[in-house]
Amino acid sequence: MRHLLSTADLSHSDALSILDTAEEMSAVATREVKKLPTLRGRTVVNLFFEDSTRTRISFEAAAKRLSADVMNFSAKGSSVSKGESLKDTVQTLEAIGADAIVMRHWASGAAAQLAASGWTDCAVVNAGDGTHEHPTQALLDALTLRRGWAAGRGHGPRGTDLTGMRVLIVGDILHSRVARSGVWLLNTLGAEVGLVAPPTLLPVGVEQWPVSVHYSFDEALASGPHAVMMLRVQAERMGGAFFPTPAEYTRRWGLTDERLARVERLNGPGGDGAMILHPGPMNRGVEISAAAADSPLNRVLDQVSHGVSVRMAVLHLLLSQSHDDGSSA
Amino acid sequence: MTDHLILGAKILGETTADLVLRDGKIATLGADTAAPREGVPLETIDATGLIALPGMVDLHTHLREPGREDAETVETGSRAAALGGFTAVHAMANSSPVADTAGVVEQVHRLGLESGWTEVHPVGAVTVGLAGENLAELGAMAESSAQVRMFSDDGICVHNPVLMRRALEYVKSFDGFVAQHAQEPLLTEGAQMNEGCVSSVLGLPGWPAVAEEAIISRDVLLAQHVESRLHVCHVSTKGSVEIIRWAKERGIDVTAEVTPHHLILTEEMVRSFNPVYKVNPPLRTAEDVQALREALADGTIDVVGTDHAPHPTQLKECEWHQAAMGMTGLETALSVVQHTMVETGMMDWRRFAEVTSVRPAEIARHGHQGRPLAVGEPANLILVDPQARRTVRPEEHATKGRNSPFSGMELPGRVHSTFLAGHRVVADGALQTSLTGREAD
Repeated sequence: MRHLLSTADLSHSDALSILDTAEEMSAVATREVKKLPTLRGRTVVNLFFEDSTRTRISFEAAAKRLSADVMNFSAKGSSVSKGESLKDTVQTLEAIGADAIVMRHWASGAAAQLAASGWTDCAVVNAGDGTHEHPTQALLDALTLRRGWAAGRGHGPRGTDLTGMRVLIVGDILHSRVARSGVWLLNTLGAEVGLVAPPTLLPVGVEQWPVSVHYSFDEALASGPHAVMMLRVQAERMGGAFFPTPAEYTRRWGLTDERLARVERLNGPGGDGAMILHPGPMNRGVEISAAAADSPLNRVLDQVSHGVSVRMAVLHLLLSQSHDDGSSA
Repeated sequence: MTDHLILGAKILGETTADLVLRDGKIATLGADTAAPREGVPLETIDATGLIALPGMVDLHTHLREPGREDAETVETGSRAAALGGFTAVHAMANSSPVADTAGVVEQVHRLGLESGWTEVHPVGAVTVGLAGENLAELGAMAESSAQVRMFSDDGICVHNPVLMRRALEYVKSFDGFVAQHAQEPLLTEGAQMNEGCVSSVLGLPGWPAVAEEAIISRDVLLAQHVESRLHVCHVSTKGSVEIIRWAKERGIDVTAEVTPHHLILTEEMVRSFNPVYKVNPPLRTAEDVQALREALADGTIDVVGTDHAPHPTQLKECEWHQAAMGMTGLETALSVVQHTMVETGMMDWRRFAEVTSVRPAEIARHGHQGRPLAVGEPANLILVDPQARRTVRPEEHATKGRNSPFSGMELPGRVHSTFLAGHRVVADGALQTSLTGREAD
């Protein structure tokens, strides 16, 4: 692996390698000294063209726990028309001495362009590009799901995948980079993925994805999922033509108290209710009720801590290997 | 002026004949080669293996001048046209200022005459400033020295149905026509690529086929209602082809154009996120490409128009969302059409001449272009080497634009010579001197 750009081009073995490495990184977090020396002397730049404090902090914590130097570059609003080009920004960072660029960008494909551009020799980690992909989010979701799935089967997670697991992704699929990364990775790991959304929030072309599609959340719950992943409804979608009102959205596609009761009765990985995931931040009362947000089935805080582990694993695999053997395998 | 003796060219790829070009016309054709005239130099060209075709006529060119001379000028675009085998191009109106007055179209026309590498016919804007609100002074442009007959807001759709109706009606008074950029604006707000399987994966906002087809459906009905001439620019979908076929069967006076890039490239190219593939209308599916080829072969689509759209490097060397739409095309059009249409057996060189020269000249009402290769006809013609193969290198092109989507591709065919009114502006694939004596630097 030279870069991490999307989960669509991530092989089964690469995915397992990242997840297994992340398990080791998780163990570091339980030690008194939460730090490894593997990336000492290496520089990671968080290049953020849109605000995302959570993702940036997670990457920052990951890089620091690996003893890398971290620089944060907020380039919100940067564009050809408004200022510096991506090319010039990146070449500046390279000249400063970056080894890896973790990039969040509002434009789909920006990370792939950067990796293919020849503008930099840095490893590129896609920290979310427009409505395209957010691969580390999918990886941390997979790590969370695998923990639960393996525990329910009475064995450790390492070396295992999600074969046989049924996962629902619920909400605004059309604009979601989380869904676009999750679908490919979960599919690669052997899970069966169902999408639940109003037809207006599903992309034209979704019929070609390796998923089942449901317009009814209740019918989808009847199919017996082991995990339900709720997506955030962006404020800017509300009041548009995608759905009539937030209240109607909540009634039909929200994880309400009534649906929470059904989720609690589902056969989860361990037979005790399905897992609830949410990429955060949650809109309480919109896509998820307060009770569902606070339910013991909800793994949202596990997801946050797994995010650090996964990002440590990715940075470690991208940087320490190329450092050791001098190659760009 | 030099006379030219062309030996052994295959006329329209069919019979072999010698031609003499003299005083801007085809003086002889066939065996009865005229003797050299005293005091007039005679250049003999061995055209063995070359095909003689009428000079190509492009109804859809962006020359960028006035306003974006960093992207292209009339001079550089004209050179690219000559090298590409075009003896006439139509310069779209989306310059700055917009070509919506007699003054601007006369300026562009004059710049074309001064360059002398190809004929430059300005296209007039339909609406003032391409704003889609008020009709531009179409009559003034028609009566200007540029004698504009083609009107288009290309780049922007004339989406107001009343305005489109009035434009279609008004141009009848001088036998003009409206060339529509068919794009329903609300259905394509923020659109970045074809809407379908690939856009669903890439997370790029989609440009659905229906946004093109809805406008074409409306416009052919308007053209029928007011009995006027409609030309549909850059048709890109299978559904559009079916609507145009239906309209033609009903006798509606509609003509249609396809670009070379829509005959060969598909939306799959966008997976690279390389903005060189960003174009409007967007690259579509393989099924659309096949339908467009069939439509061009059977006459549902009348002409090839390049939609040559040069952009400075920085407008393509950036994020996909921010990149400008458009591709260069003048210097690759012949090769792409040969590759997709002639070498596939879907058309012969006679039909090639129809779609690249005869029909566009008829549509634009240019009586001296797109003519048969016959004695007494204007000597606007080209010699093509169909056996040549070359790798496209945008950095070698005469256009200022380096945004060719065919970069690195090996394509067949090469324009050997271009004669503009009997003057050899291109010889052996290189610029010579223009009609006005300009030299390539």
